[in-house]
Amino acid sequence: MTAVRSRLLWRVATLVDATAETASARTLAFDVPDWPGHLAGQHVDVRLTADDGYQAQRSYSLAAPADGDRVLLTVQRVSDGEVSPYLTDTIRPGDPVEVRGPVGGWFVWRPDGTAPVLLVAGGSGVVPLAAMVRARRAAGSRVPFRLVHSVRTPADRYYAAELAAPLDGVDVAYVYTRETPDGWPRPPGRIGVADVNTHGWPPDLAPECFVCGPTGFVEAVANMLVALGHDPRHIRTERFGPTGG
Amino acid sequence: MTHSYVDGNALAGPLRELFAVEVTGAVLRCAGCHRTGPLAGLHVYARAPGLVARCPGCQAVMLRLVRTPTRVHLDLSGTLGFAVPLPA
Repeated sequence: MTAVRSRLLWRVATLVDATAETASARTLAFDVPDWPGHLAGQHVDVRLTADDGYQAQRSYSLAAPADGDRVLLTVQRVSDGEVSPYLTDTIRPGDPVEVRGPVGGWFVWRPDGTAPVLLVAGGSGVVPLAAMVRARRAAGSRVPFRLVHSVRTPADRYYAAELAAPLDGVDVAYVYTRETPDGWPRPPGRIGVADVNTHGWPPDLAPECFVCGPTGFVEAVANMLVALGHDPRHIRTERFGPTGG
Repeated sequence: MTHSYVDGNALAGPLRELFAVEVTGAVLRCAGCHRTGPLAGLHVYARAPGLVARCPGCQAVMLRLVRTPTRVHLDLSGTLGFAVPLPA
């Protein structure tokens, strides 16, 4: 990446492939000619234009590290949203949208990082964190990762098969808030300080912490990390709030 | 309403229309309480005619960004400093 880049342009992205991630989320692979590359944790803005010229745009996290002109997003349907239902239900391979990016540079993990990494996701907040796990693998990094993913039910896990396979140096833990798998030792309930303590890193290791999810979830987890003794400067957060996807 | 905000990461796209560099990692000082922190940590209220970013410490308005069809208005009167890290 050069020191000074040109200002952002809208580019045409063409859908290449789409697969269902859960009942309400879909992973979309776009081809974006001359895509400049990105870091794990960055987003793109997606813009749709209606026949009458009305435009709506939303920001989505990139789900995988840079791979040429291929850009991967996972989009959660927001039932009365203006953009997400089109992306989860309607768009077909060959259809275009406009994208600009990558944007953001604070909530990112760089493959040359050496500190252990703790990732804590609420629901679809796992998307940029999965991009970090994938970037680690793509770069051959040996940095130890721990991912804690809070979901309502087992059917709400994203990338379940990929994250279930033994990953060298990546521990994955789930917190279920509504319904657990059979025989699961922990009753369903919101993430608590014990979950973060059990599945996270001790503060002594000075891990880099990334927390992404709905605003209330992020506030709660960031407060737990601080209470456990983590340095607030090592806690990076991204709240996607109740925005109208 | 509590939790009706997102954070400064949401300003990444709109501010990249104006600035030649990525600014969510920029460190801002609040004119209200003099707290410093990254732009990404501000509380951003997007349900308004523009984007309003408040200090996470004292809730004072630090930045307002309004886009019309012909111009962009950026109000930084609640921000005392704006330090931008340059890429290595």
